[in-house]
This record gives sequence, structure tokens and C-alpha cells, in this order.
Amino acid sequence: MTDNASVITVTNLIKQFGRFAALRGVTAEFAAGKIYAILGDNGAGKTTLLRTLAGLNHPSSGQVTILGATKFRDICREVGYMAHPALLYDEMSGMENLAYFARLYGVTGENLGADAIRAVGLDPDLPRPVGQYSQGMRQRMSLARALLNDPKVLLLDEPFSNVDLRSARDMVGLLAGLRDQGKTIFVVTHQASLLKGIADEFIRMEAGKIVDRTREIAEVAR
Amino acid sequence: MSTPSGFASPAAKTSGVVPPAAPSGITRATLLKDLRLEWRSKDAINSMLFFSLLVVVVFSFSFDPTAEESRQIAGGLVWVAFLFAAVVALNQTWARELRNQVLDAYRVSPAPANALFLAKTLGNFIFVVVLEALMTPLFIIFYRLRAIGPSWQLLLVAAFGTWALVVNGTFFAAMSIRTRSREIMLPLLLFPISIPALLAMVQATTAILTGEYNARFWIGLLATYDLVFTTGCLLLFELVLNAE
Repeated sequence: MTDNASVITVTNLIKQFGRFAALRGVTAEFAAGKIYAILGDNGAGKTTLLRTLAGLNHPSSGQVTILGATKFRDICREVGYMAHPALLYDEMSGMENLAYFARLYGVTGENLGADAIRAVGLDPDLPRPVGQYSQGMRQRMSLARALLNDPKVLLLDEPFSNVDLRSARDMVGLLAGLRDQGKTIFVVTHQASLLKGIADEFIRMEAGKIVDRTREIAEVAR
Repeated sequence: MSTPSGFASPAAKTSGVVPPAAPSGITRATLLKDLRLEWRSKDAINSMLFFSLLVVVVFSFSFDPTAEESRQIAGGLVWVAFLFAAVVALNQTWARELRNQVLDAYRVSPAPANALFLAKTLGNFIFVVVLEALMTPLFIIFYRLRAIGPSWQLLLVAAFGTWALVVNGTFFAAMSIRTRSREIMLPLLLFPISIPALLAMVQATTAILTGEYNARFWIGLLATYDLVFTTGCLLLFELVLNAE
């Protein structure tokens, strides 16, 4: 696969919850090694799109192809997912959490969890349970969990929410580094300005549809 | 690689991704994680213990049976108390997976659904067995129990009976986690389907305590029930886990 080959193809994707259609026929292609910022008002379908890409929501109709596979299970090892909630156990420390999730992915290596925690600017020796972390620390630990399996595709839902500005900029720097390694990164965010000059494309969603894709944030915000 | 502010790229890893861990390894890791969480929070075991203790005390005040009467009714009392207490633990099992939506992290991983189900069932089995081990002496004291039949068979009844409760309980608790009133939903689903197992547990226990008839048939029925429902739950759990 070349660097710019399409890693994700979404074809006429519709997702309904009862009578409410959260996604209304999304069709798009996404290339490898890029950062996509997904913007839009609350209820625009951003999180639903991300959860559908992550295999957590089943499409009502349409198709999602990731790395050539239509079944998420076939490529789940290549995808890292960070949700708005932390997806971590409050009663366990960061290292204990990552050690458990590493087992789920069959990831080995003594320092792997510690490396992932250091990568997000936290101390792997912190003995405190995650429940006693600040919201920003939880977000960063959640990102460390998503990076644990060295995924090719990263799906991040509001990674900068409740994170102080300096740490958010550090996270953006980390994401840029990961993109430069060839990873494809989707960032659902309300803080698009943080990704200015970093994101390769800004995608605006409205009422369950992609209404705009552009390289410049100003054009999307128009 | 390191950004100026200290965030480091995790590119330089000393190791990598290997073929999926064996389901037994994931089951063990999940079971140990659950035991660790319970050891730290003691949510399930404390609730179960207090509940069972209350049942023992309230029943002992309500009835004043002779030793012979106790042998006739103890099977029912003991197992109904354990069934109600187990529901407390079963509700906790999945509640901790819903906090912070951790279950989604499992769902996006390559770990098999059955490994999670087995770990949860084994964890609940351990919690309920601990409860039974602590409460049985109290039942014996309060109800002046003494087995006339072969008492070693009580171990079989306890093992098969507890498994029957927790295997279905774990499954139906998973089914009810996405419902609005899940704490009510679990008993509504679990109790009717547990009636054959409960009947076998009560009859076998009464048979052993009174020595009036042989418990083998009821123990065999329990073992068959366990086999059928464990197989069914294992076959269906992936659907339940990934249901929206």
C-alpha cells in the first residue's frame, strides 16, 4: 500500500437509532498517513461516525472498509480507539490498566505500558488509581491505552477536552509525530484551532452528513 | 523522538504485537483483574454478606423449628438466600464494566467474547462460594443442622448449584446492562430460568439432610442443567456483548 492509498472507505453509511438517523448516507475515502479533524455541532453525527468506524455501532446500511477489511474484527488489532469516557478502571493504577489491556491485544514487552505512559507525558510509576487522576491525566492515560497496540488507525473522540492548553498542544505534537510515522488519525473535536497547521483535512459534519472537507480550518468554519 | 515539551513518540518500541493471546490467558487476566477490583472495592462481597446475614437472622426469628423440621426446610432457605445474595454480586459484575464505558475497550480489542464471559462467571462463582463458605456455619448453628445422608454430596450440590446460578446470572446480567432498570430486569430474567436448577438444589439438599431418599437423580439433573446452559451461554454471549 502506498502512503496515500485509501485506508478507510465509507460508502453510503446510514446509522439509525430507532427512528432517529444519526448518520444519513456518509460516503468518503480517507488516505493513509493523515490527520483528519472532524468538526460539527453537537448531534452532527461525529461520535456515531467514529464509533461505527471502531466497530462499536453496526451500520443500519452502507459499508465501512478499513485496511481492506469489511469486518472490523479482522483488523481490530490495527485500530486504536479513544472515547470521551476514559475506558479505564478507576480502581487500578495506569500501569495496571495498561498491563491488562496489553494482554487483550497479545502485546508483549516489559516496558511497553511504561513507554506508552511516558509518550503521553505521565509518570508510569504513579501508584495512584486512575479514579484519583485529574480529568486531563485521565484523557492522557486513555490516549496511552489507545496507542498500546501500535495501531495504524487512531480514532480519537474529544482527546483535548478538559486538558490544559499546554498539554493539549503537547498531545497535538504527539499526534503529528504519529502521523509522520504513517498512522491515520481521526480526531473528533470542538477545539479545531489546536489542529490548525497540523491536521491535513478538516471535515465538517451536519445532521449526519459530511458537508465540507477542506485543508484550511477557516474555510470549514465559514 | 521527543517533542520539546516532553511528549515522546512511542515509535521506538522494544517489542511488538504478537499473535492473539490464548483465550485462557485472557480469561485468567480478566479474572485476576476482577478479583483485584473486588479486593479493593469489596462492593459485591460486602453486600452479599450483609444480605445473607440478614436473611439468616430474620428467618431464625420468624421460625423456631425443631431439628427435624429444620432438615426439611433448610434446603429451601439456604438456596433462596444464596440466590438472592448472588443477584447482588451479579449486578456488580457488569456495573464496573459500564463505569467509564470500559466494556467498549474490550469490544474493540481482538479478545474473544467467551474469554470475558468465562472470566466473569468464574469470578462470580468464587464470590458466591466464599459467601457460602462463610454463611454455611451460621446456617448450621441457627438451624441446628446435621446431615443424616452422605454429607460429602453437599459439596457436589454446592458446586453444581452455584455454577447453575452464576452461569445464567452472568449471562442475563450482561443482557440487562443496557436496559434502564437493570437491577429489576436481572431477577425477572434469572429467576424463572433458574427454577429447574433451584428445584434440584433444594431437593438434593433436603435428601442429603434428611436421608429419606437418594440425591443422585437431582445431582445428575443439576450437572445436566449446568452443561446445557453453559454451552448455550457460551454460544450466545458474543451476540449479547455486541448488541447495541
